[in-house]
Amino acid sequence: MPVMEYIDAIRLAMKEEMERDENVFVLGEDVGVKGGVFTTTKGLQEQFGELRVMDTPLAESAIAGVAIGAAMYGMKPIAEMQYSDFMLPATNQIISEAAKIRYRSNNDWNCPVVVRAPIGGGIFGGLYHSQCPESIFFGTPGLKIVAPYSAYDAKGLLKAAVRDPDPVLFFENKKCYKLIKEDVPEDDYIVPIGKANVLREGTDITVIGYSLPLHFAMQAAAELEAEQGISAHILDLRTIQPLDREAIIAAARKTGKVLIVHEDNKTGGVGAEVAAIISEECLFELDAPIQRLCGPDVPAMPISPPMEKFFMLSKDKVKEAMTQLALF
Amino acid sequence: MNAKSSIKTQPKHEQLGLSDAEVVDMYKYMLLARKFDERNLLLQRAGKINFHVSGIGQETAQVAAAFALDRERDYFLPYYRDYGFVLTVGMSLKELMLSAFAKADDPNSGGRQMPGHFGSKRLRIVTGSSPVTTQVPHAVGIALAAKMQKKDIVSYVTFGEGSSNQGDFHEGLNFAGVQKLPVIFMCENNQYAISVPIKKQLGGKVSDRALGYGFPGIRVDGNDALEVYRVVKEARERAVRGEGPTLIEAMMYRLSPHSTSDNDLAYRTKEEVDENWRKDGIPKMKQYLVENGLWSEEQDEALSREISQQLKEAIESAELAPFPKPEDTLLHVYASEGEV
Repeated sequence: MPVMEYIDAIRLAMKEEMERDENVFVLGEDVGVKGGVFTTTKGLQEQFGELRVMDTPLAESAIAGVAIGAAMYGMKPIAEMQYSDFMLPATNQIISEAAKIRYRSNNDWNCPVVVRAPIGGGIFGGLYHSQCPESIFFGTPGLKIVAPYSAYDAKGLLKAAVRDPDPVLFFENKKCYKLIKEDVPEDDYIVPIGKANVLREGTDITVIGYSLPLHFAMQAAAELEAEQGISAHILDLRTIQPLDREAIIAAARKTGKVLIVHEDNKTGGVGAEVAAIISEECLFELDAPIQRLCGPDVPAMPISPPMEKFFMLSKDKVKEAMTQLALF
Repeated sequence: MNAKSSIKTQPKHEQLGLSDAEVVDMYKYMLLARKFDERNLLLQRAGKINFHVSGIGQETAQVAAAFALDRERDYFLPYYRDYGFVLTVGMSLKELMLSAFAKADDPNSGGRQMPGHFGSKRLRIVTGSSPVTTQVPHAVGIALAAKMQKKDIVSYVTFGEGSSNQGDFHEGLNFAGVQKLPVIFMCENNQYAISVPIKKQLGGKVSDRALGYGFPGIRVDGNDALEVYRVVKEARERAVRGEGPTLIEAMMYRLSPHSTSDNDLAYRTKEEVDENWRKDGIPKMKQYLVENGLWSEEQDEALSREISQQLKEAIESAELAPFPKPEDTLLHVYASEGEV
């Protein structure tokens, strides 16, 4: 099994799906000749041609809207938003259109579109190349939202998204692109949408999250086990809509102490809903108040290094929060 | 349409390749749409239906455009006033009444959407919404899919002149221009965006905007059915030849208030409305048929009676039809297991 980067896994998923099904195509800004500003689509245009790996005009609502139209016709478009920060012009197409097409047509039409968008900071991207927009789309029934943490999941979830009959937002973490290297099978597999994944079994505290911050939690958990004998149970949501309620409740019950982590800011984030589910389902099995460690409630991440560091989660911040929870 | 000159030469519809029967059918659909619309206004006033958004004054162009398309294969993205269009491409009065009454068997949405939000996969009428102009990029996407699959079909999308100011209009037209896609953009310029007249809505002509996107923009008298037919037919021929999109701006007038929730005399005068009633394309079409010996007053009266009967039956059947089950509100958010 080859070792590959998170970004390679995303590219491989697209390549395999395009080889498998000629209705799959990619469109977006700079995805063709350049191969994407991050190289996510590098080599695809050479293999599949200009129509199936299409450099579009710089207009995000059209990228989403054209993809939605093609999807209703029966194609399987993968629309790339260059940065999730720039997908807001497409929000009307995603929320008013893609999310509601099946419902409003009483199951007559459907919209199997995938919208890929890089999220997250820590790359000196400043306010508008660092955001996590999950909470803007979260809570919109009709959309599925996935946010992989590993290269393995990135490939499997993207392939599942392409094959899904409904619209899927695929939030890939740009800090993970090169940071994460691991074994990824070169054969065909999918990671099912809607299923969370236990990354680590533990007995003292539970950490629930998605995307990059789980790497900090995994590192912190290893250190806490070795240094203080604290055993952490870690759940990767993987799909943030629809949430895997059963897995969340099981993970909370496992230790009775829950820390939720995400980089999107705290207020109104996915973590608030996870906390609400736990409160509704197993409040009396908890041994500590539910904790959240998230991005601060400021408009977005500044570029200045000390400010970016202040905004970002880190192994040390997550470790401290896990320690405090264990001591409660 | 000049009847005198057409006596000497071939009548205009024949020059355009339309048979006598087709041109008579065109008129029948126009009148059907008009009567349907008028009846819905009454049904709303009588408290039988919740809402109606009218297309009165726009039927001539809607029906003529539909005749110029391939009604068996093309894809259609009509906007909410396009009753004339959807009737002509195959939606029945009964189906439209099921929608007006928000009944379970409404093929557009199963009673979920307001009337005028059309959709039918069977008829290739692509489901639409209320935020205006979102359908324009969808039409471009369908045209892109047709190009990718090398199908000789077109997508046809309509919108009002107010909608032509939305970003999705410009983004969609530019995308289609770059890729030379087989799509026809039809602006039904009815001169009002609810209460705002074109002089406050448009800095220039909608049709001129096509220049910036690299394809033809054509303005046509929307009350002249045969002219609308001609320009849409030519646009379709260009599209299937691979020559790209066309923007058409059909000039017309919204003779009704915006909707049943609107009092139009708060922002325009009765004199202005009356003047535009005199330009209505439906009596003009009738006159053309009569002058060419294709239609008579007797036939017209018989048609009116026939439509009244069809409307009566459609309303009765829609009134008797069941509402959706309340709990069906929860269905079809996502595909069910195994569904596509």
